[in-house]
Amino acid sequence: MAGKTLYDKLWDAHLVKQREDGSALIYIDRHILHEVTSPQAFEGLRLAGRKPWRLDVNVATPDHNISTDSAERAAGVDAIPDETSRIQVKTLDENCDYFGIREFKMNEMGQGIVHVMGPELGASLPGMTVVCGDSHTATHGAFACLAHGIGTSEVEHVLATQCLVTQKMKNMLIRVDGTLGPGVTAKDVVLAIIGEIGTAGGTGYAIEFAGQVFRDMSIEGRMTVCNMAIEAGARVGMVAVDDKSIDYFKGRRFAPTGEMWDQAVEYWRTLQSDDDAVFDATVELDGSAIVPQVSWGTSPEMVAPVTGSIPRPEDETDPTKRQGIERALKYMGLVGGSPISDIPVDRVFIGSCTNSRIEDLRAAAAVAKGRKVANSVKQVLVVPGSQMVKAQAESEGLDKIFIAAGMDWREPGCSMCLAMNADRLGAGEHCASTSNRNFEGRQGNGGRTHLVSPAMAAAAAIAGHITDVRTLD
Amino acid sequence: MRAFTVHTGLVAPMDRANVDTDMIIPKQFLKSIKRSGFGPNLFDELRYLDEGQPGQDCANRPLNPEFPLNWPRYEGASVLLARENFGCGSSREHAPWALDDYGFRAIIAPSYADIFFNNCFKNGLLPIVFEENIVDDLFKEAEIAEGYELIVDLPRQVVVKPSGEELPFEIDEFRKHCLLEGLDEIGLTLKETDAIRGYESQREKTCPWLFHAIK
Ligand code: SF4
Repeated sequence: MAGKTLYDKLWDAHLVKQREDGSALIYIDRHILHEVTSPQAFEGLRLAGRKPWRLDVNVATPDHNISTDSAERAAGVDAIPDETSRIQVKTLDENCDYFGIREFKMNEMGQGIVHVMGPELGASLPGMTVVCGDSHTATHGAFACLAHGIGTSEVEHVLATQCLVTQKMKNMLIRVDGTLGPGVTAKDVVLAIIGEIGTAGGTGYAIEFAGQVFRDMSIEGRMTVCNMAIEAGARVGMVAVDDKSIDYFKGRRFAPTGEMWDQAVEYWRTLQSDDDAVFDATVELDGSAIVPQVSWGTSPEMVAPVTGSIPRPEDETDPTKRQGIERALKYMGLVGGSPISDIPVDRVFIGSCTNSRIEDLRAAAAVAKGRKVANSVKQVLVVPGSQMVKAQAESEGLDKIFIAAGMDWREPGCSMCLAMNADRLGAGEHCASTSNRNFEGRQGNGGRTHLVSPAMAAAAAIAGHITDVRTLD
Repeated sequence: MRAFTVHTGLVAPMDRANVDTDMIIPKQFLKSIKRSGFGPNLFDELRYLDEGQPGQDCANRPLNPEFPLNWPRYEGASVLLARENFGCGSSREHAPWALDDYGFRAIIAPSYADIFFNNCFKNGLLPIVFEENIVDDLFKEAEIAEGYELIVDLPRQVVVKPSGEELPFEIDEFRKHCLLEGLDEIGLTLKETDAIRGYESQREKTCPWLFHAIK
């Protein structure tokens, strides 16, 4: 019999019941909640007179629509100016208090973007099933969690039963061997992968990322990659456990200690695909050939190397794709055939659950240090992913580097990743953004997003246009 | 949940690939803590010429005359015809809530994003998958014939065209059963309480650290 993939192992370990009709109940070890996708789930529980199955697996925090402005944040929840946002954040507080769920409140140490605070607190640990009402939950797969984004009905289902009704996915292996060149980061790797397989390439699959490039990558880099698995259509992206994953969790707030730690580590070491495991699909890329990537269109698969140019619709033979390119170029105000590095930027956003961890901020600061934001750039937002990242960055003096360069240093939250708060693009504005989605209107009505790495975003801020960070002078 | 059995409805076209959840319901409307009322803001950025705000009366907003759902011939449509990878992007259930609130009961497309597809079933909305060429034909027929209606027959798993031609579709048994009966999935899972408790006590023996974490 063929060996098991990492996904098979995680699936088997969490299977409560396989039903004859093909659906299955799997057990959920960790559930992370935020203000946007939980209110209707809590309301459903109350209406049905149900209680959470287990309280100690749930952890909550507000992130999606809170302000990142220091003064507004300091004024507290009651002072959130937008009424609907205020109600949503207060509703989360009330629901967590009512049901007894541990919440890291808006200004509490520990608060942050769900996918940043979960790992850094050790709330998500290797081998767990992790769910959250947010599609980027795959982030936690970076250390071999089976992590899914779920909808609100499922949030309610997990709260009430500790299980998810689901179906087993197929296995996909994405292998990237070789060594990344200087200035090439995890973000560039994942954008290159999405450019290769497309936004639906991973639909129906659980992806495992393997190969030298991921073994060399830090846990934070792996989180950046797994975070964007959903942008390739896959609900789940994973990397096997190695020494780095184990070291990462040592001493984290909710990580086990003492004997239990040893027991956990022994189990975590088994979280690898067997050598003879069979995958339903395999994709291979050469890591040494990847250069910094920039998205030029309105879908994450519309990417090109910074050294390349914007595609011409007339070169595309597939009519649906050609139409897609034409529509994207019209929305983006760009012309096919022009160099990627000519794209101007009006604003820059460094943040989001993709790229707001300490390594991301260090990479951006290394570029910003001793330089100034170009006069043509209206705003550069640097938004740490969590209170802990913020504190760490400040202890390293990164905030001072950003401020000296003319950038805004903000409070943790999702911010301009989805523009539910005041951080947003104006119509027609181009933004070099470290977030994960460049859909029409994602960062503000009519806004034009270019997905890049933190170093590339900082370089664009300095140059005033997209530029190759490797050649910045 | 509302049951779905046989539905006859007017077909409206959404002729673009990769329609994402932001396009289905823009994020400013996600601030609501309710499940209903999203219909007037379905496809907001395509449907109106101004920028929509939560709580606003949409009756007086300028409509985009180029957007098919605004054309009188598609008024009252309840079957949405779409292209590949429909519903990609976020996990927000507001997307199926908005489609449902607008009045759609079924969607027909060559493919869907996983989470969206799943979310539809939880809300009594039936996403049907047909091969690309079949979807193409439906687009053409719906464009030519004003008042083009389809019968979506879930018990028999067929879509019936005005010509009487029947198009069979696949659906997994569990989802079909839940839709037909309008079942509450939580109630169903809670019938497995013993299995869940049994799993927990086994798991606690082998992986005890999973059982006291967040405090
Ligand atoms: S940062 Fe963006 S993608 Fe991440 S959880 Fe927040 S809104 Fe979602």
